[in-house]
Amino acid sequence: MLIGLFADIHANRPAFGRCLAQARDLGAEQFIFLGDYVGYGAEPDWTVSIIIDLVAEGAIAVLGNHDSALSNTRVQLNAEAQAVIEWTRGELGVAQRRFLADLPLTREVQGRLFVHAEASRPPSWKYVVDATDAARSINATSAHVTFCGHIHKPALYSLSAAGKMTAFTPTSGVSVQLLPGRQWLAVLGSVGQPRDGNPAASYAMLDTTKCEITYCRAPYDVDEAAARIREKGLPTWLAERLFVGK
Amino acid sequence: MVKPSLEPDSIIDGFRIEQQLHRGGMATLWRVSRPDATMPMLMKVPRFSEGEDPAAIVSFEMEQMILPRISGVHVPAFVAAGDFAIQPYIVMEHIAGKTLLARLRDLPLLYSEATAIGEKIAAALDDLHRQHVVHHDVKPSNIMFRSTGEAVLLDYGLSHHDQLPDLMQEEFRLPFGTAPYMAPERLLGIRHDARSDLFSLGALLYFFTTGVRPFGDSETMYGMRRRLWRDPVPPRRLKSDYPAWLQEIVLRCLEIEPAWRYPTAAQLAFDLGHPNQVKLTARSERLKVDPLTSVLRRRFNRDLTRPRTQPTLAAQLASAPILAVAIDLTEGPASLNDELRVTAERILATLPSARLACLNVLKLGRITLDKTLDEHGHSKHIDRLVALRHWAEPLKLESQRLTVHVLEAIDPASAILEFAQANHINHILIGARQNSVLRKVLGSVSARVAAEASCTVTIVRRTHVARSDKTLVT
Repeated sequence: MLIGLFADIHANRPAFGRCLAQARDLGAEQFIFLGDYVGYGAEPDWTVSIIIDLVAEGAIAVLGNHDSALSNTRVQLNAEAQAVIEWTRGELGVAQRRFLADLPLTREVQGRLFVHAEASRPPSWKYVVDATDAARSINATSAHVTFCGHIHKPALYSLSAAGKMTAFTPTSGVSVQLLPGRQWLAVLGSVGQPRDGNPAASYAMLDTTKCEITYCRAPYDVDEAAARIREKGLPTWLAERLFVGK
Repeated sequence: MVKPSLEPDSIIDGFRIEQQLHRGGMATLWRVSRPDATMPMLMKVPRFSEGEDPAAIVSFEMEQMILPRISGVHVPAFVAAGDFAIQPYIVMEHIAGKTLLARLRDLPLLYSEATAIGEKIAAALDDLHRQHVVHHDVKPSNIMFRSTGEAVLLDYGLSHHDQLPDLMQEEFRLPFGTAPYMAPERLLGIRHDARSDLFSLGALLYFFTTGVRPFGDSETMYGMRRRLWRDPVPPRRLKSDYPAWLQEIVLRCLEIEPAWRYPTAAQLAFDLGHPNQVKLTARSERLKVDPLTSVLRRRFNRDLTRPRTQPTLAAQLASAPILAVAIDLTEGPASLNDELRVTAERILATLPSARLACLNVLKLGRITLDKTLDEHGHSKHIDRLVALRHWAEPLKLESQRLTVHVLEAIDPASAILEFAQANHINHILIGARQNSVLRKVLGSVSARVAAEASCTVTIVRRTHVARSDKTLVT
């Protein structure tokens, strides 16, 4: 089966719409969402509605720190992100906010762990920056593969039976076999706000039969996403950064 | 799950185990068969149990990832891989014959034979590098030849794939490989430079032509590290009849600094195929190793041994293409040749490692007996080589970037296509004759080259000048 995985959508409708369509074209039959549906972007209402619909049809979704910040004022965000979350509270209805508040921090299905940030302490929202962080995350689980997001830069780590880590920056469109003899941590890039210098939306496809992951890029209409952010009076840097993928 | 037993006549996933072919430190090889298979096959089964070398597992994982992604005549075809959790194995094409190791007792080989072998290996490496793989264990026991002549590279357990996680990179602090052939930068942990394979091929060529290994066969860390500063004895010191051009090629492959070697395996293959056009630098003249002062300077100059960032394998190859330009010296206006030069210049200006092969076809008649001398007794062949150099002169290319070739053929298009195929040409520039009588009679050479070439072809035309009888629409 082919599974489409999406992290850090951040209310970017053109990017998320493009990724979903592309994943469906590639044959995705199941969808996994790794958190941060809101924040930064200008279309949280549409985005959350889609997630609610897909979860009702069997998709899996976990909680991200921006989603958590909607109902939990103790979650720390930077000033721009905080401003967008305050605006987002006025955009989402009760059912939408309750849906987000009720999302689990992690889900584990058939040896695959889904979590928004580093997995050793999910509520701390730690970034996976390098192999040391990745090792901490992998050591905290017995799952064969952990999928996370949060840092907005794609990376793939593995831990061998001998305890050695490997780090790798994936090439988009090239599948990598997640060998059974080791544990893996697949860090996804961001759908709605890529920060690896490539403005195209980032997601991944998992082939469960071959146990292969393919990191994908979907070019989308950045102008439109940026225009929406400006129309809503959100911080303009959030629009500008989409053009450069930073 | 019960682990299937490995013994003759047992069947694993439809493969019948026939005969054990080899039992090495890291893996066992079995000849296997399957009723529907048309080619001979072998099964590689890793040896890993408690206490075995962890490198065996990792190198098997690497080979299992890489082999299914590479194809073509220069690699054994991948057939199947076993489930790691039950019985790990790889089934691949069984290449008939012996590896190049069998030739060790015949060393040194004739220069012509060693050169031909080297050219085939370089062609195989070029193909492999273009598939994003650096082999990292080029040595006689990993090289075989098909009955059709092409070299086949075996064993991808130490290889690096540009688009896959490199499991060997992080796993071991010591470099894995075969000491006599290992490139110096490998000792510094660099695994993504395709020119490491050219160093290994240089070591092999040195060994096959002199009978002596350029860096001995020490496997101690010091013995291996020595090649970071100590250059090998020039082959001409060992054999007085050693051709200067061959020493030039071999020592260029063995440069300590990867950037001083050939930029691509295709460019190395090109020089091995055209010995009389190799530019002879000071390398070709050397009879002694470098003096101690330079060696000490090299040893303590950290800059030379500093690992540096570099572009991806694909970008590295793309920056050093071989261009071929087909020049018509007999027919058509000279301005078309000027236009070809302008186009070539534009490409060469952006790619300092690119090289240019200028071609001219000396057409032979189908029936008539051809004279190679004209009515004044000049050699037409030499005249044309001179004319080609004259055409290229304004490009002001260093001589190692330029070669000239006169191809004698009945059919010009076929001659150009064959040259491009045999010499790993990446890009052909050819002019289109317009409104010519010959074109009407013979058909277009450029159109056929464009249609049939297996590389990029640029058709060059003179820019059309608007004729005055046309009304200008404003």
